[in-house]
Formats: sequence, structure tokens, C-alpha cells
Amino acid sequence: MKRSMILLALVALAGCGGNDEGSNDTLTVYSGREEELVQPLFERFEEETGITVEVRYGDSAELAATIAEEGDNSPADVFFAQDPGSLGAVEDRLAQLPDSILNRVSPKFRDSERRWVGTSGRARVIVYNTDELSAAEVPDSVFELTDPKWRGKIGIAPTNASFQAFVTAMRLDVGEERTREWLEGVEANNPKFYEKNTPVVEATAAGEVELGLVNHYYLYLVKEELGEDAPIENKYLPGDDPGALVSVAGAGVLDGSSNESAARSFVEFLLSDDSQRFYVDEAEEAEIPLVDGIDPKPGVPTLAELESRGPSVDLSSFGDELERTLELLNETGYTS
Amino acid sequence: MSDARAGRRRAPLSLVLPAVAVVSLLLLPFAYLLLRAGGSSRGWQILWRRATLELVWSTGLLVAGVTLASVAIGVSLAWLTTRTDLPGRRLWALAAALPLVIPSYVAAFCLLGAFGPRGLLQQLLGVERLPEIYGYWGALLALTLSTYPYVLLLTSAALRGLDPSMEEAARGLGRQNLYVFRRVTLPAVRPAIGAGALLVALYTLSDFGVVSLMRYDALTRAIYLQYKSLFDRTPAAVLALVLVALTALVLVVEGRSRLRTSRSSPGVARRQRPHELGRWKVPALVYCGTLVGAFLAVPATVLGYWLARGLDRAESPLGEAINSVSASALAAVAAAIAALPIALLAHRYPGRGTRLLERLSFAGNALPGIVIALSLVFFAANYASPIYQTLALLVFAYVVRFLPQALAGTESSLASVSPRVEEAARSLGRGPLRAAFTVTVPLARSGILAGAALVFLSAMKELPATLLLRPIGFDTLATEIWRFTSVGAYSRAAAPALVLIAVSAPLVYLLSSRHRPEATEHG
Repeated sequence: MKRSMILLALVALAGCGGNDEGSNDTLTVYSGREEELVQPLFERFEEETGITVEVRYGDSAELAATIAEEGDNSPADVFFAQDPGSLGAVEDRLAQLPDSILNRVSPKFRDSERRWVGTSGRARVIVYNTDELSAAEVPDSVFELTDPKWRGKIGIAPTNASFQAFVTAMRLDVGEERTREWLEGVEANNPKFYEKNTPVVEATAAGEVELGLVNHYYLYLVKEELGEDAPIENKYLPGDDPGALVSVAGAGVLDGSSNESAARSFVEFLLSDDSQRFYVDEAEEAEIPLVDGIDPKPGVPTLAELESRGPSVDLSSFGDELERTLELLNETGYTS
Repeated sequence: MSDARAGRRRAPLSLVLPAVAVVSLLLLPFAYLLLRAGGSSRGWQILWRRATLELVWSTGLLVAGVTLASVAIGVSLAWLTTRTDLPGRRLWALAAALPLVIPSYVAAFCLLGAFGPRGLLQQLLGVERLPEIYGYWGALLALTLSTYPYVLLLTSAALRGLDPSMEEAARGLGRQNLYVFRRVTLPAVRPAIGAGALLVALYTLSDFGVVSLMRYDALTRAIYLQYKSLFDRTPAAVLALVLVALTALVLVVEGRSRLRTSRSSPGVARRQRPHELGRWKVPALVYCGTLVGAFLAVPATVLGYWLARGLDRAESPLGEAINSVSASALAAVAAAIAALPIALLAHRYPGRGTRLLERLSFAGNALPGIVIALSLVFFAANYASPIYQTLALLVFAYVVRFLPQALAGTESSLASVSPRVEEAARSLGRGPLRAAFTVTVPLARSGILAGAALVFLSAMKELPATLLLRPIGFDTLATEIWRFTSVGAYSRAAAPALVLIAVSAPLVYLLSSRHRPEATEHG
């Protein structure tokens, strides 16, 4: 019995070893952003500050639900999400950010109540296979995708926060009913579902689907992998179509984080000139810097262009809408 | 006699307390899941939604399909390799049992890597589209591949122990081979086939990896999807309870059907004369060759191909392997220790109370991994935050899920240790606990070790609970295979898959040579 007690104690100890959330040189980040995209940023931050970053990766909405479930017990210090909806969904749990951070970006790209801030911009696009389709053949509006001629040819990542943000934008723009009709219409076209955006773009390049609903920058990631001549291109939808949504990835600091100053300095780091230039300098990254004076990669719309594009919706309101959007996706068979 | 006398003895508190503690710990998270799902008014609405019923239907369809296919393949191969003059039948028997070392989600990875989009076949043939592998048939194939060995092993053992005189009598009455097989052989090995089918059905019900990778709408996948993609987690909890109910239903149905089967006495053990296959020899060889060839060649080719493709930028899965091994080893030790007081009580102090404790600790068998994981996430996030997101919680989940295996191992060898030895120690003045631990436990160590090894093996392969409960940054072989396969990065899934097989294969071999197939794990 004594021996077993010792063993049990060992088991318990072994378990506690990995859990040093209280210490000052460790920062726990819940990242709804893909490891392939953001890992280099975490590494740079670690090098610059000597603070160790522990990252829990997942879908943004999943992590938001996790933060809500964990309540005050959450080990997270920072929530780094792919969309404003997930951030907004846990805004009660986020601390207010100082002006020095908020003022780095345009008011359009941050929470009106100061609880989260956009860290990079992204445009929704239709990525298409250039062997199968010409730019003119790709619809000018997502509403054309319910046409039976796209049957079996559409790729979607329904659990991905960017797709969910786009659905929220559509709901706010054209209303619940039309959004439901659109979702059901596309679903009737037998779209192919993927885990994430990258596989959607890869499947488009492989001819598995002819087009996909994704963010603009995955094209560059996949081309870096497959070569410049991979048969894929982005189509930026014109006008104020919901499919032309401009959104942001963003970050917030958890209220009651045991390490709030390190958490704030991480968000500050994400908005530093160096980090913002990361999206321009790195070959496979093509997100849009949100800080004034740093232009995106050639071929990617600039901040000024972005601000005039897409449906006119308030990103700050996405959080309140997330739950309803998720339910709608569930009811229409996208996540069930 | 000694058992009866032991029954009148009061069980010592020093055994009862730890046993009760273990069992209540096991049941706590599940109780919380019940509260959580039952406590919300939405729970009932979700339960009767059309979508829920459809999930139950499609899950049932898959369970039925996999069970039928596994029984057909397992029984036919068992008969051919034990009762006929099939050339090289020993070799066939060994080869046919080999897929046992392939976890079902690795089988799914192999199928996708071969026949899936951008898979091996597509690249070799240069065609743009192959018939869709995703969905029912893909899931059926992958699950059959990894579960038919259970039926094969159990049926082979039963066939080998069969008294040949009945078959001879039937044949003496002028009956044809097929008739004899159907009316005499098959009924006699029916209990073994039933046990195998039960294992397959339970495995399929609780399987998460295959149905998720194959995108088939089974309950486990729906639970995970709802957990991930709905802000409200009540639907996931309700579906989890539906899954538990289905599992209980399977157990009840099997229990009923076992009551109805008659058992003939094994009779005198005698060498059986193999059936002469005659002109059926070639078709039989082709049948075995096709099945075994496909089941072994496809995984081997796919793993080899994708490993070679990924070699230039492969990262060594050493860190993940260490994580897998250490978490599984901790689980094995913890489960063996936790099982001891329960097994000792059940064997040395049989009675209503101790039997209830033992029954309850088999609950893990009826709780699929995704359900245990979900209930622990809920429970720990709210009430046990110090161990939340730590290795301790993951190990605890493994113990809940795989304790029955440790228990089965321990009890199998406790049964063969005579209580008299312990009684002798007690008469020499040792207390009940000391006697048990210094005399009985060392004598029963082979079973305890076998149980621990089973737990280790199962924990190595476990996927859903590991996905949900692992500490931050704690990647295991299973989670890596899952991560890369689910996004189609086959070349990066190959290395961890091979390492996982390499670590488990020797253990599977050791354990299956012990013939303890009743205590297998569900994937």
C-alpha cells in the first residue's frame, strides 16, 4: 500500500510538472490561427523578450467556447483569434486595452469597447482552379453559387472562423432568411467540406473542386508549397457583396490573466512595425498589415482599398452574432 | 468451499476505502455529464430532433455493416486456417491476424493515402477523380480491416477446441460439407463468434478516428463537431448520452442472445482431421491471398510510399513518441494500482457490495473515449482546475477508459492464486492488507503485468480523449497522425504512424499469444 501511495503521488506530480501558469516568464496563448501561419511570430516574441509562449491551437470558435466554459479558471492569458466574432463572443472575459495599442489601427478594425484589436487584415475571396475556369467564369457574387451548375464543385471549411465571420456578415447584410436560403442552396449543391482553409486551396489546385470560399492569403501559402505555376488564383468579388467581406484577425488580453503585462506586451508586439512587416517580407505570408505606412505585398489590396470594400457591417457586433451563426450552420447541416 | 467461507468474512476497510474511492472517481465525471445534459431544458429538445435520430440510424448502420463484414471475413478465414488442408495455413493464420497492430485511424489514413484525393493511386494513374472513398464505404472498410482479427482469433480458438466427433457423425449420415458447417460447426462456435461480434460492435460504436477522417456522420464525430463548432455545448453532452445508451443497448442485446445459445460439452480433445478442400483449394487460396494481401499490402505500400515522399522534410516524431509512451506508461501503472483493491475485494470477499463495485468499474467499457473526454473537460474546467489541462487529467481519462482491461488481467491471475496461501500468511499474524500485498500480489504479477500492458497499448492508440484533454503543446503520435491526415498531409502522417505500429506490434504479439482476447480495447 505504501508503495502504491508513492506511485500515486508520483503520477500526480508528473501531472503537475507541465502546469506552471503562474510563473512570470510563461505566457499562455489560445490561438485560433493556424500553427503554420503564426508559429514564426511566437518564436520572434520569445527571442525578443525571453518569455516562453505556450500555445493551444484550435478553431477560434472552439477556443472561445473553451474560454467561456473555463470561466475564471482559464489558463489563457491571450486569445489570438481568426475573426472578430470569436473575440467578441468572450468580450466579457477580456480586459480593456490601452490607447497605445488601440490607436495603432483604424477604429474600423478594433472593438468599439476597447476589448480587442485587429492585428492583420484579410479579404474573403473565391479561389479558383485556372485550368477549369477563367476569371470571368467565376461568379461575381456568392449568391450565384446556389446555381446547380456548381454542383460538387465548391470547397468550404465550415468549422473555420473566417467562413463563420463571412456568414455573420451575410446575416447582418441581407438578413437571416436570405442567408438561410443561401446556405441551403449551396448545401443542395453538394459542396465538399474541409477541415481548414489550406486544404480547400490545395483541393482547388488539385482539381478536386473548381472553386473555394476562403481568405485571400492561403493562395500564397499553397503556392509556396506547390510552386508558382500551381493552377490557382484569387478572385476578389466586386462591390458590397458579402463575399467581399474584409475582416481582421485579432487579439485580446484575458481579464484576470496571471500575467497581464506580458499578455499586453504580446499584443503590442503583434502590432509593432516589425511584426506587421512580417506579413509583407515572408514569402508565404500575404495578410494585410493594419498599421499605417506599411503596404501589403504586390497584388494584395491595400488598407485604403480594403476600407472601401465589402458589405458595410460593424466588426464589433460580430461577437453577439456568433452563437446564432453557429446554430444556423448547425441547422443547415454544415457542422452536423 | 474456501470461497464460501471467505464470503462471510468482513472485507477490511483498508481495501474497501480505496476501492470505493477509485470507483467514485471513475463515475464522477459521468455523473456530471448527466447533470449537465439533463439539467438544461434544451436537452430534451435536442434529443428528439430529426438530426439526432438520423445520427442514431447512421451509427447503427455502420455498426451492423462492420459487424457483419468482420464476422464474414473472420469466420471464413478462421475455418480455412484451422480446419482445412489449405496449403501454408499456419502462415495464413499469422498473416491474417497481423492487422491487429494497425489502429483503426491508421487504417483510415492508409485508405485515404491510397485511394483518397491526391492519394497514391491518383498520383500513379494520373487520373483526376477516383470514386469517392469518404463516407460509409470508406469507414466500413477501415473499421473492418482493424476489427475482423478479433472475430478471427476468438473463432479460431473455438474451432481448435471443438470435438470433431459431431462433425464426423453428421458426415457419417451422408451430409455434405457445407451442410455440416452450417448445421453442426457453426452453432458450436456461435458463442465465440458472438463474443467477437460484440467486441467489433463496441469498437465501431466508440470509434472516433475513422468516422471523422472518413467524414461519416456517426455519433462520435457529431459529438466532436458540435463540441467544436457550437458555442453552446449542451448538444454535445446530450449526444454523448445517446451514445452511452446505444452502447448499453448493444451490451444488453448480446447478454440476451448469450442466454439462448446452448452449449455442448467440449468432449474429448482429439486431433481433428482437416477437411480436404479438393477442387476448392485454388479458390480458397485466391480468397485468402486477396484478403490478406489487400489488408497487409495496402497499409505497407501506403506507409512506405508516403514516408519516402516526406523524407526530405520529415521531422523526427521522437518527441511525440516520448509523450505517447510516458503518458501511456503512467496510465498503465495507475490503472494497475487502481484495479488492485477492486480485484482483491471481488475475489477474496465476494458479496453483493464488492460485486457492485466491480461491475461499476467496468463502466469504462460502455463509455466511449469521446464521452469520457467531454465529461472530463466539463468537470475539470469547472471543479478541478488545478489538474485541468495537465497530464494528470489525461492519465486519469485513460484510467477511466481502460481500467476494465487492468481489472481483467489482474482477476485472471488472482483466480489461480489459492486463498489458502494468503490465509496461511494471515494465520502467521499478518494483517489482511499486508498478507494480500506480500503474498497474493506477487503471485498474481503476471496477470497484473498483462493487464497493465493492455492498458499501455490502448492508451498509445487512444485518440479522442487525447485530442480533447492533452496539455498545451503535448503532441502524441496519435494526435500527429490525426492532425496531418485530416488535412491531407499524408507524407507527414506516415512517420508517426510507423512509429506507433513499431511500438505496439511486439506488445500485441506478446498479448495475443497469451490468448486473452476478451479484454481488448475500443479505438
